[in-house]
Amino acid sequence: MNLRTFLLGTCSAVALAGLAQAETLTIATVNNGDMIRMQKLTDDFTSKNPDIQLEWVTLEENVLRQRVTTDIATKGGQYDIMTIGTYEVPIWAKQGWLLPLDNLGPDYDVDDLLPAIRSGLTVDGKLYAAPFYGESSMVMYRKDLFEKAGLTMPEAPTWDFIAEAARKITDKDNEIYGICLRGKAGWGENMAFLTATANSFGARWFDENWQPQFDQPEWKKTLDFYVKLMNDAGPPGASSNGFNENLSLFQTGKCGMWIDATVAASFVTNPKESTVADKVGFALAPDTGLGKRGNWLWAWSLAIPAGSQKADAAQKFIAWATGKDYLKLVAEQEGWANVPPGTRTSLYENPEYQKAAPFAKATLESINSADPKNPAVKPVPYVGVQFVAIPEFQGLGTAVGQQFSAALAGQMSVDQALASAQQLTTREMTRAGYIK
Amino acid sequence: MARNVSTQRKLLTTAAAWTIGILIFFPILWTFLTSFKTEAQAIASPPAFLFFDWTVENYFEVQSRSDYFKHFMNSVVISFGSTLLGLLIAIPSAWAMAFAPAKRTKDVLMWMLSTKMMPPVGVLVPLYLMFRNTGLLDTRTGLVMVLTLINLPIIIWMLYTYFKEIPGEILEAARMDGASLAKEIIYVLTPMAIPGIASTLLLNVILAWNEAFWTLNLSAARAAPLTAFIASYSSPEGLFYAKLSAASTMAIAPILILGWFSQKQLVRGLTFGAVK
Amino acid sequence: MATLHTRSAARLMIAPSVLLLLAWMIVPLAMTIYFSLLRYNLLMPGMEEFAGLSNYTYFLTDPAFFQAIFNTLAIVLGVLFITVVGGIGLALLLDQPMFGQGIVRILVIAPFLIMPTVAALVWKNMFMNPVNGIFAWLAKLFGLQPFDFLANAPLFSIIIIVAWQWLPFATLILLTALQSLDEEQKEAAQMDGAGASSRFIYLILPHLSRAITVVILIQTIFLLSVFAEILVTTNGGPGTQSTNLTFLVYAQALLQFDVGGASAGGIIAVILANIVAFFLMRMIGKTLEA
Repeated sequence: MNLRTFLLGTCSAVALAGLAQAETLTIATVNNGDMIRMQKLTDDFTSKNPDIQLEWVTLEENVLRQRVTTDIATKGGQYDIMTIGTYEVPIWAKQGWLLPLDNLGPDYDVDDLLPAIRSGLTVDGKLYAAPFYGESSMVMYRKDLFEKAGLTMPEAPTWDFIAEAARKITDKDNEIYGICLRGKAGWGENMAFLTATANSFGARWFDENWQPQFDQPEWKKTLDFYVKLMNDAGPPGASSNGFNENLSLFQTGKCGMWIDATVAASFVTNPKESTVADKVGFALAPDTGLGKRGNWLWAWSLAIPAGSQKADAAQKFIAWATGKDYLKLVAEQEGWANVPPGTRTSLYENPEYQKAAPFAKATLESINSADPKNPAVKPVPYVGVQFVAIPEFQGLGTAVGQQFSAALAGQMSVDQALASAQQLTTREMTRAGYIK
Repeated sequence: MARNVSTQRKLLTTAAAWTIGILIFFPILWTFLTSFKTEAQAIASPPAFLFFDWTVENYFEVQSRSDYFKHFMNSVVISFGSTLLGLLIAIPSAWAMAFAPAKRTKDVLMWMLSTKMMPPVGVLVPLYLMFRNTGLLDTRTGLVMVLTLINLPIIIWMLYTYFKEIPGEILEAARMDGASLAKEIIYVLTPMAIPGIASTLLLNVILAWNEAFWTLNLSAARAAPLTAFIASYSSPEGLFYAKLSAASTMAIAPILILGWFSQKQLVRGLTFGAVK
Repeated sequence: MATLHTRSAARLMIAPSVLLLLAWMIVPLAMTIYFSLLRYNLLMPGMEEFAGLSNYTYFLTDPAFFQAIFNTLAIVLGVLFITVVGGIGLALLLDQPMFGQGIVRILVIAPFLIMPTVAALVWKNMFMNPVNGIFAWLAKLFGLQPFDFLANAPLFSIIIIVAWQWLPFATLILLTALQSLDEEQKEAAQMDGAGASSRFIYLILPHLSRAITVVILIQTIFLLSVFAEILVTTNGGPGTQSTNLTFLVYAQALLQFDVGGASAGGIIAVILANIVAFFLMRMIGKTLEA
């Protein structure tokens, strides 16, 4: 024991001495596939920047969010770079918690970032986080099942068509369910999908005076449609299905359609993971003819906490991880289909990428058609497509999501769910001082 | 030779006990098996029990992604460190409570146990602020301190129930021989209490190893134990049962093996004074 | 028969742990009480102001509050029931002579050694999932419709998972107690012609009462704050059907980042836990004195 302590002590002393000149960046990131790839490719960065060491904290999304939020709000200073989403950036930037990224180097080409994504990460004209990958949502469907049912998926379907097709394809005896949609309660789970869908039905979370709108007919239409469709054509246990569960259903060939994140496209078309890899088609998220589609917008982005002592090194890393050369690096090592999607215009103009990624066009169109500053048909006082960028939303969205999930599970009626959503939202917004 | 048990009956009990034992163990066995499957096989229906292409790829993948050994060492240091520190503080207290009980001893003991009932998430922010101000965030020292405090009531309780079983006459005799208090503890009490101390140690190492709230929330890169390692595999984006199973197996294997090898001591320790 | 000298020495020896636990209890508690009187949201710094008891009224009038209390109790009682009854049964079984007893015991201990997060993930994804889970596969094997555990019986599912983790603990304590029962006593009872059931009721059960109280005491402490299992499996839903007090406080603290509200919730949870503890201690105190 003593000997070991002694040895350990010596080792760390030696290590410390060796790193005396090097700066260590602690990077908090989410455990999605693209980030894990970045972690594996860091040798490229450290060989170009021998004076910078990297230390990774990779966590599951919800845990990561709790950790970084607690840390930045208490100025804990545990992380030099944080991976955050489109939801956090505007809120945190307004608090002065983030460092504007104005020193990303001459080769960075900020104007190459997709405008919709960039606008979601910009506050008062300054970029506060650099997008690592971006996503929207779209329809993924089984071409073989559509053919069998004599259906053709239009490029931009309506909800009515989706509902009709879903019911037609469903064959419960053979475990084929027409449509798989998120049902698991959570602001980033079922509410991401339902809020985006509600936009296309003309609904909104709040009116211009921050009055909750769940008592309006648009929400009733949305939720009625969703619950009925899922009861007729959805898989069993839909109310506990999130992204993952639906992914596995789709990959094992049990879903006719799946409307979810565009990043899923590369999973379902990967023959190593998916049994239906060669049978998947893509289309834009549906609408109801009101001018908004039911697709969301999200970008996992890298940001630096204000007051960081290592801002220069951190910006160097961010420029590396979100720059054009990184895309090339991934393409060389893993093929073009695996580069982080949805951040740069130049990627979508690259013919090699277009060839390798059959989902490129649908992804780009979906991202471009999302407008976080004008998400709903009617005017709203907030920013965000599938969320409302106010600090209260995480709790609020999850509480409302629980009601809707219960409605899907058949444990309360649609009307009851909406009434209690309205009630609890009003309660929370009054407490937070939005409703005077 | 107490009873003559018929072989038939013995066989029957054996069958019943084994069936139940395997059923209880099955989720763990299943995790273990799944860790050797490919991702596609892991979610295949009907599930494959033994006849699939065994692969160790998941383990390599997990190791290439995260430094298992670093997390493992942190877990070892934190769980053993907090338990040893806890024992150091608890042994004198438990000794005193058992052999020189005062009127309020029982109340003190009960009060100690009740400190465990505070929901940790309610005090996260105050504690986080305290840790930030004292520079304890993301340090093993900080985690050892918190886990010591969390498990101290259990440690004291277990030791107390042990010490109480040691017959007082032995101590009287030692005192007659003129042994000092220190000698009494070292030469008389400790040898008799070693089984108890050993099992207390084991149980608390297990509890500390599996503690997932504080270890996750107060650590970042340097002090993160295996609970944080697991938190990087349950992914909301992408489905990886096989990798998750491999990571789970790696996280629970050390404590499972420790628990099995020392099950005699552990079992003896789990009585909490339930046997008189 | 302690002398004055040993008594003061004893005080000295108890002091460190008492002081430490006192500090551990009082410092965070004091800070929590202080925060609970503030309007304090982590995400909106610089807006802290005195809020009186509004955080408490807010938490107490939460539509999910009473459901959460009910669920907390249901989880505690449900798991206690399963583990005690199952534990007695298993202990009786394991006490019989058999082949490979050591191995069976190893199998039975195992769930206790597993991290709660891992246990919940495994149960949720590989067993209770209505499409890919083993239970669904079994149901289909018998031509039944797969049951959607987490949606239709969320609280029950959580109780099952938690009970699985605690069953070994109960079994082992009860088994040790059972083994301490005199072989002679058992034989005497048999001589008297007592049947298996009356032997169980008049001899074994009274002998186990002490062990049962210990199981109840220790488990209750841990069960009052079940959390990881809920977070991983149902997220408190559907609706609030599987939200317990700890989860409700969590939602305030780490989803809303409402430190004021979470602190008030924490204090309320502490008070409620202490009420439970009070009754528990009285019951335990009596049995353990005997």
